Amino acid sequence: MAAETVPEPDEHAEVRATARRRRAENIQLLCFFVLVALIPIFVRNPFHLHILIFIGLNLMLTVGLNLLMGYAGQVSLGHAAFYGLGAYTSGILTATYGWNPWLGMLAGLVLTCIVAWLVGKPTLHLKGHYLAMATLGVGIIVHVVFRQWTPVTGGSAGLTEIPSMTLFGYEITSRMHVQYYYFVWAWVALTMVLCANLVVSRPGRALRALHDSELAAQTLGIATSRYKVRVFVLTAAFASIAGTLYAHSSMRFLSPTPFDFHTSIALLVMVVLGGAGTLWGPVLGTLTVTALHEVLRPYTNWDIVIYGLILMVLMIAMPGGLSRAFGSIWGWITRLAGRGERDDT
Amino acid sequence: MTSSQVWQLLISGLTIGGIYALIALGFSLIYNATNAINFAQGEFVMLGGMITAASSSAWDIPLWLAAVFAVVVTTLVGLLLDRAAIRPARNAGIVVVIIITIGASIFIRGLASIIWGPDERPVAAFSGDMPIRLWGGAIAPQSLWVLGTTLVIAVAMYVIFEYTIVGKAMRACAVNPHAARLCGIEMSRMITWSFVLAASIGAIAGIVLAPITMTQYTVGIMLGLKGFCAAVLGGLGSGLGGIAGGLILGVLESLGAGLISSQYKDAIAFIILIVMLLVRPRGIFGKPGGEW
Repeated sequence: MAAETVPEPDEHAEVRATARRRRAENIQLLCFFVLVALIPIFVRNPFHLHILIFIGLNLMLTVGLNLLMGYAGQVSLGHAAFYGLGAYTSGILTATYGWNPWLGMLAGLVLTCIVAWLVGKPTLHLKGHYLAMATLGVGIIVHVVFRQWTPVTGGSAGLTEIPSMTLFGYEITSRMHVQYYYFVWAWVALTMVLCANLVVSRPGRALRALHDSELAAQTLGIATSRYKVRVFVLTAAFASIAGTLYAHSSMRFLSPTPFDFHTSIALLVMVVLGGAGTLWGPVLGTLTVTALHEVLRPYTNWDIVIYGLILMVLMIAMPGGLSRAFGSIWGWITRLAGRGERDDT
Repeated sequence: MTSSQVWQLLISGLTIGGIYALIALGFSLIYNATNAINFAQGEFVMLGGMITAASSSAWDIPLWLAAVFAVVVTTLVGLLLDRAAIRPARNAGIVVVIIITIGASIFIRGLASIIWGPDERPVAAFSGDMPIRLWGGAIAPQSLWVLGTTLVIAVAMYVIFEYTIVGKAMRACAVNPHAARLCGIEMSRMITWSFVLAASIGAIAGIVLAPITMTQYTVGIMLGLKGFCAAVLGGLGSGLGGIAGGLILGVLESLGAGLISSQYKDAIAFIILIVMLLVRPRGIFGKPGGEW
């Protein structure tokens, strides 16, 4: 009898370790958002706030992509299209037809989810990276439509006079960047908390299982392709909301350029560079890529050469991404520190 | 729309289709060796055209010599890409390799814009501009050069893969890498060969295309993406599929732009891509599966 009860403490230990990691992650998230909330006290420059707002919008996209890549093992090469659909749908409905921006957001969300479902449903039932190929196509088609459907989208000249968003009758997209900063980052917080919780919920565990071995997951009774389609549509929905927030930002202007193939690629780069499948990967990746662009901006023409080079070097040196590299460095330091303490006693 | 106009569209479609076919071959070669998509494939095409244009105008050398020089330099770039960036990341997973090729394409395009500037550059047609009249249509001699080159490369690839040791070894790696290694085939050498071949074919495509469309440091992006569509259409990894996919894509794009809407010309290839993925995801000649 005694021998049989021996393995039991081990099982509990694993459960406790998972719970501990979840608690640690929740505390990290809380600290992160406290920091984010405090930033406007120190950063008053509108240009810097503007960049921080864009980092927030990019994060809504990369957090979703991270969920898709790191947990469902699928790549999207067309997320800029969903971003653009959210932006243009709301932009057109509010600027041309006088809709309320919130209704515009809802309309963009519905349209984006339908498109994502139509693309994801057939391709995610197949084994392999067909979603990547299909999203690449959708991304370029949508961008061509933004550029060419001039009577509706304004074409290359763009869509102007997009009204600002209101919250409880209070205009939030005025010249004051601080209000919009908090508004956008509230959405980012919502997205990140939702994703963090999804990862540890039953669908999240199912996703991780299918990422490790789709066959094993299927034999355990997980409807793998249904989960993949849901996650894909969810990430497209995040992108759509980010797009609407972009459309109603202080620029009040939309052009097709931010929603092209290069943006989709840049988003993918952010996720992989940061470390796909980790909580902080998209944050690190988004910050690094944005910072790189800002730092390299003065070096005209050489900026993209250096960017390309750094990208290659980082991926060769840290194929697991920045967050895993930092994680192993941190583990190394704590081990060293731990050993030091033991030596003292 | 008269039948002679359709015939004309067909000719221009086959011409650009030949280029797509060559680019698709490059994608399939590297896909077979690494299971990854090489996003720098379009930059090989750009390099072929740009080096030819720049060296023939700067050094006043004959066009054929400039073309040979362009192929050699581009092939070396392909070799360097494999040795310096792909080989060190061999065990890192396919998405990482893809990101590295994206980094390489950004890097190459950036260098090209610094070296040659943003201007479009012309390249003289190989055998003059006098069109050949055929069945009520006019064929530019350069179109014949493109189609002839496509045919020659297709035959050369067939010979390489059917009759040479290297070609057979590369096929073995594509079919089953583990079994190929057990037979003593060195995987990393095959990957190097695939990059060398893909770069040189890409450069040749860029050279024969340059007199028709002019060349610029940005041409690689769209050509690469459409070549990728052609590869998927024909069946990624299949040589015959790449050729067929390229020609079909070129013709459909040309007819679609001429008969339906020229505004949406750039979307046509991608609409065909999506339709193909929905109807027959493995492509016309592709094997089932399609794992990266």
